[in-house]
Amino acid sequence: MLGDPTSDRIAGGEFDVVVIGGGVVGCAMARRFTLEGARVLVLEKAADILDGASKGNSAILHTGFDAEPGSLEQHCIQAGYEEYLQIKDELNLPVLESGALVVAWNAVEAEKLGGIVDKARANSVRDVQHLSSAQLQIKEPRLSKKAFAAVEVPREFVIDPWTTPYTYLLQAIENGATVKRNTEVIDAGFAAGLWQIETNRGEITARIIINCAGLYGDLLEQKLLGQSAFEIRPRKGQFLVFDKSASRLIDSIILPVPNAITKGIVVCRTIFGNLLVGPTAEEQQSRDDASVNANTLQALHNKGVEIIPELANHGVTATYAGIRPATEFKDYCIQPYAEKNYISVGGIRSTGLTAALGIASHVFGLYQAMGNSHNQIDNIVVPDVLPLAESLERNWSKPGNGGIICHCELVTRHEIEQALSGPLAANSLAGLKRRTRATMGRCQGFYCSAELSEICARRLQIPLSEPLK
Amino acid sequence: MKSTQCQVAIIGAGPGGLSIATELKKLGVDHVALLERESTAGGIPRHCGHSPFGMREFKRVLSGAEYTRRLAAQAEKAGVEIRLATTVTELGQYGELSLSTRDGRQQLKAERVVICSGAREKPRAARLVSGARPQAVMTTGALQSMIYLKRQRPCKRPVIIGSEMVAFSAFLSCRHAGMKPVAMIEAEPVVSWWRLAALLPRLLGTPVLTNTSLESIEGKDKVRAVMLKRPSGELATIDCDGVIFTGQFIGESTLATMAGFAIDTVTNSPLVDAYGRCSNINYFASGNLRYPLKTAGQCWREGRDMASLVKASLDGKLPDRWVQTNA
Repeated sequence: MLGDPTSDRIAGGEFDVVVIGGGVVGCAMARRFTLEGARVLVLEKAADILDGASKGNSAILHTGFDAEPGSLEQHCIQAGYEEYLQIKDELNLPVLESGALVVAWNAVEAEKLGGIVDKARANSVRDVQHLSSAQLQIKEPRLSKKAFAAVEVPREFVIDPWTTPYTYLLQAIENGATVKRNTEVIDAGFAAGLWQIETNRGEITARIIINCAGLYGDLLEQKLLGQSAFEIRPRKGQFLVFDKSASRLIDSIILPVPNAITKGIVVCRTIFGNLLVGPTAEEQQSRDDASVNANTLQALHNKGVEIIPELANHGVTATYAGIRPATEFKDYCIQPYAEKNYISVGGIRSTGLTAALGIASHVFGLYQAMGNSHNQIDNIVVPDVLPLAESLERNWSKPGNGGIICHCELVTRHEIEQALSGPLAANSLAGLKRRTRATMGRCQGFYCSAELSEICARRLQIPLSEPLK
Repeated sequence: MKSTQCQVAIIGAGPGGLSIATELKKLGVDHVALLERESTAGGIPRHCGHSPFGMREFKRVLSGAEYTRRLAAQAEKAGVEIRLATTVTELGQYGELSLSTRDGRQQLKAERVVICSGAREKPRAARLVSGARPQAVMTTGALQSMIYLKRQRPCKRPVIIGSEMVAFSAFLSCRHAGMKPVAMIEAEPVVSWWRLAALLPRLLGTPVLTNTSLESIEGKDKVRAVMLKRPSGELATIDCDGVIFTGQFIGESTLATMAGFAIDTVTNSPLVDAYGRCSNINYFASGNLRYPLKTAGQCWREGRDMASLVKASLDGKLPDRWVQTNA
């Protein structure tokens, strides 16, 4: 298949583990199991990885301060948080040490702050503290004066939502895992300890299936087990991204006092140097309708200005929407089925970016409890991924970058070429954007579309352009 | 090794920047560096399909590409140091410019800097348009650079949003590239440019729909249709395979904004004083950055006047204090 050199035939015959779904959870899963010595195959039905729930989140590295104490979600968030900080330097992954403020905007909300502090402490996040309105003004002078009080959570950080899972999966591949994109599971049967999986591109044999299918997790489970222990209830979140100039307005992640359904609308800097406002929380039937709505975006804009009045003077760079795979349960739905050699990983919502590493370790524990063991691999290969974060040394500052193509985001020719090659080469414009940020800046392709269409000619599944006769 | 100092640095080698640089040399400024992030000088006229250019400067009708080639040749002949593929990434307090080149990071210290970074159209995201976010949603700038610089076309049956002059330029570019726009859409009751201009697309089979707004964009990977709100208030879906957003030009002012210069929040341009100086008086703003949208010829003429002011500043003949005048 075009742009996907790993995928024509599935080499290696039988796999220990098939991870179905190349979202952030699937990527972290593939990495963990590969490093533990398992032979791993990842199947992704879309043209590219990170094409479902993982493509639209708020990119926060959560401490889990507001998770339900004792829940699986809380456990996985904390384990994921710790592992991320352990591996980030080796994998050259960024952290924006912003801290967060849970801001109460009236007396009623302020009364809930005590409970938030108690919950954080119950979750072993002990460095939280109350801030008065005066302390808040010193810490964030551009925050609206209407802010009533806040709780500071110093170790809530911002990370890169795309490079992170991409790096996890690339590390899995470079240590022996196989990834097949454009590959959808059609049917599967389990007999004599082995799964026979029929895909649109041939049959696969594997011992264990891990369902990381995100927004389609319940449908896949029905296909594999005949019924599903959970039901996906898609929840859309729209976001507004402001120009880089706006990122100077605040340091902290500004969180509202949450309610039962959603963490509410967040204002925070992004790792790429923009400022983000969102998400909304809209229940919907569709699992793939990530459309945006002008009125909702305008409401988000107003909300942003309400929180930070000076935002009114800054332009909007981008809009997007993500869909969270919520279920009827509050907690994650992670369930082993030992007699079926199957582990279900469902209902991983927006905390999944942080929790993914923790989920992967937890699931590996379940896998071992099912009686599986491997020898950890020696000499773990570390992938070489070009960083996109403003805080790390970007390619444009180095010799041999080939010149800047996307001027708004300072994306170089070398970065684009790198993204279009290798075992996880971008094969769609969306994939190229996620890997490089090309066209994702303020001009949205006004200046670089032509150059980009020339570089990408014959390299994407859906071409950007066709030659004139 | 490139020089690390100059008297005047100009950011952007469009008609305005080329004009200032050339004129400064004529005024006897020794070292003028013109910094251009693209690999060719000339700016937007390089890929404007329509003529005429050059009536004022060369007394003849030229294509945009030929016009900018001549301006660049003039600048070079005058002794301007033109640095291509050189992106300014940051402005310092006293004219220290951080640059990115193919050789990596570089520095340049200029006594005075003129920002001529031009203007661009407001893209879809900034207009807060509803709908899906498929491929083939673009601005005129993207469309014309694809067609005229790379001989590529992004779609065949686009809808054109807007009816400023540039919308008609987009229409002609489409026709040139064998694309047939399915409609031009204008939210106002009449077209924004010369009223009779609408005759041309209509004669060529492209309806010009006034009083009509774009409600949403549909399609998954590529554009499939747009939903429009007609004057009657009813919604209509038109099949198409691309959307071209035209006009609503705003200044490309990020460098000035990030450096903390005062900015006009309506035009997105740096505020300037009577001498064209930004709120940091080591920096000047000129051309379409300062007030979009002017023609290439107007930017070129403004550039000549601007050069005299920059020279006066170098000679210590301008007041030390900045008093904002424009808006």
